[in-house]
Amino acid sequence: MTTIPIDEPRIEQHSNYLTNGYSVKSWLLTTDHKRIALLYLITITLFFFLGGAFAVLIRLDLMTPAGDLMRDETYNKMFTMHGIIMVFFFLIPAVPAVLGNFLIPLMIGARDLAFPRINLLSWYVFVIGGLFTLASVASGGVDTGWTFYTPYSSTYANTHVVLAALGVFITGFSSILTGLNFIVTVHTMRAPGMTWFRLPLFVWANYATSLIMILGTPVLAVTIVLVAIERIFGVGIFDPKLGGDPLLFQHLFWFYSHPAVYIMILPSMGVISELVTCFSRKRIFGYGFVAVSSLLIAVYGFLVWGHHMFVSGQSVYAGMIFSFLSFFVAIPSAIKVFNWTATLYKGSISYQTPMLYVFGFIGLFAIGGLTGLFLATLAVDVHVHDTYFIVAHFHYIMVGGVVMGYLGGIHFWWPKITGRMYPEGWAKLAALIIFVGFNLTFFPQFLLGYLGMPRRYHVYPEEFQILNVMSSAGASILGVGYLLPLVYLFWSLRWGPAAGPNPWAAAGLEWQTSSPPPTENFEKIPIVTQEAYAYSEGSGFPVSPEADYKEGGSPVVHS
Amino acid sequence: MSIPSTAEHHTTTHPALAHHFNDLAQQREAGTLGMWTFLVTEVMFFGGAFTGYAYYRWKFPEAFQAASHHLDIVLGTINTVVLICSSLTMVLAVQGAQRGDRKRLVRFLLLTILLALVFLGIKAFEYHHKWVEGHVPGRYFRWDPQHDGAVSPGGAQLFYSFYFTMTGIHAAHMIIGIGVIGVLVWMALRGRFTPESYGAVENTGLYWHFVDIVWIFLFPLLYLIGRH
Repeated sequence: MTTIPIDEPRIEQHSNYLTNGYSVKSWLLTTDHKRIALLYLITITLFFFLGGAFAVLIRLDLMTPAGDLMRDETYNKMFTMHGIIMVFFFLIPAVPAVLGNFLIPLMIGARDLAFPRINLLSWYVFVIGGLFTLASVASGGVDTGWTFYTPYSSTYANTHVVLAALGVFITGFSSILTGLNFIVTVHTMRAPGMTWFRLPLFVWANYATSLIMILGTPVLAVTIVLVAIERIFGVGIFDPKLGGDPLLFQHLFWFYSHPAVYIMILPSMGVISELVTCFSRKRIFGYGFVAVSSLLIAVYGFLVWGHHMFVSGQSVYAGMIFSFLSFFVAIPSAIKVFNWTATLYKGSISYQTPMLYVFGFIGLFAIGGLTGLFLATLAVDVHVHDTYFIVAHFHYIMVGGVVMGYLGGIHFWWPKITGRMYPEGWAKLAALIIFVGFNLTFFPQFLLGYLGMPRRYHVYPEEFQILNVMSSAGASILGVGYLLPLVYLFWSLRWGPAAGPNPWAAAGLEWQTSSPPPTENFEKIPIVTQEAYAYSEGSGFPVSPEADYKEGGSPVVHS
Repeated sequence: MSIPSTAEHHTTTHPALAHHFNDLAQQREAGTLGMWTFLVTEVMFFGGAFTGYAYYRWKFPEAFQAASHHLDIVLGTINTVVLICSSLTMVLAVQGAQRGDRKRLVRFLLLTILLALVFLGIKAFEYHHKWVEGHVPGRYFRWDPQHDGAVSPGGAQLFYSFYFTMTGIHAAHMIIGIGVIGVLVWMALRGRFTPESYGAVENTGLYWHFVDIVWIFLFPLLYLIGRH
């Protein structure tokens, strides 16, 4: 246990998953989970920057109180397309479909996911759903908001609602298939000795996420079918004029879409659990609590959807019960935060880029989560409902939480995925820029919302301009922060120093194979004898891997 | 850290064993669990539609009852029997695969397809009849309170909206099932199933029984309202 592999770091000459065929066909027809993860990585990166482009236009328009840049209808389309693309085509697939796909088989000691062809199918389904949504963008966009509320979406909107909804419907199946694949893989493909309570917490988090994916997504699918039927055939399932009830739509929609928030945040929490132990050189504090809290979040997540409907006309009693239940979700979330901070306590902390994202995540998630408690409180929610307070709250969770975790994970596992180190200095700078830009963008929105600026309006009273300009300025900084990794990660593919199998001296199973891993992940299926956090106190860390690799030497291990 | 490893993988190579599994038992377990997990998603999918149905039946009890009486209970009953029989033939096909009896497997798979087609044929006839009566919801929906029943036309239309949506989704599942069983027939004729490896037949059977069970819920909820 005391020796840490210090192989000569170089790009492995022997066959790995990247050298196993160079043709386009070998990529588009691959069933290797690692290649499929890269296909997802490329696809969701494109969607991320497309969704980001809409955000840029929104923030530009909000620079002036009069909303000079675009017409009202155009603005409605901008925030709708931003929401649909970011939620369904980036946030939901980001961590599970990229990092989960790549890492779960490696972490549990399997050669692949249980259903490699279904895995490939799920990517194609994702792309087809994406093309439908892009077609709706190209043909003029949709203006219903990402929530497709009826009866506006089903009866009155004059935009291509069915096309966009069909895109979301199809993409949902990609999510279902990924979840199904993960669940079966974790149950049946674990290496000998990989017991449930030796599973890395990232795997637990993705398992809990998969449960939500398979239980929630089908409900969204059937809801979209009902909206489409209503819109195409002119029947009144959700239209009050024809006897239907729009509240039913909201119940069905949020039954999926609230748990969907946990589809987004849980895998990122899993990433944080992996990172925080590695860069504290300490065993995770309270492993069992962190693992089970993922499952609890998945279960509680299904019981709180009514807190989106406090002012929609659901009964007062339903509102009170949903308010009460919503507070419960804070418990497992807080368990995680406290265990991460307890892990840091007396750890040998090193401030590599992934760890910067961990600190960013914990801080921003705490703000996002605690403001969630404001919103779960009925009376406060009535005041801030549909204001920028909500917008700020969920961006703290989704951008401050999910994207921080995603980027931290991408940096941490980049050497495993590509065999190359990213440039540490640039990466630290980018993490800092993202943190500053993020807070400048979204903190003013808490204030705006508390002062009463409604969301989805682009014309506002002049006294809100200063805060809006601050937010837009922050967005431009955030934009630079997101473009930087795109540049230097590409750069590292060619010029990055070779990483070697385990540049972080991490204990997880995925670091015990070469970087990049061979097609079947391990030369031989390993027998697991310990958990993934077997860091003994002060067990050393290769100080500044980049500097050492530049000299061409082995990583220096301090112990 | 050295990693002890298991013995050479694929010691028991079998033509039906995919490269990433250790043995046929693991492969079969994954397949079965995969199908059950998929059926859970199906329950949630239909569950959303059933929730909508339950809510509107509670909201418009008389209209749902009156509209339900316009469905053809005889054809509905015949279809229920046909579908249950198709589940039986599916079980017998799985048994054939289990015993390595290719002829029996193919014969019962084809019989299952035949029964499914009979079901869809009767369903199509019922749909046509509803169209003639003007009970297809939407622009051409007609509800004459004197002739059809003095209830809310909106409620009656909602009943038919759910009738067509739910039976339509069910029929779509059957059409997909027919396609899958067709592929099984083709595979069986090429000798792809053995007593050690017939997971695809067994899992398709599970799917088929699920489609059958959905109908067992749909039939009373749609055809038998107020007929007790």
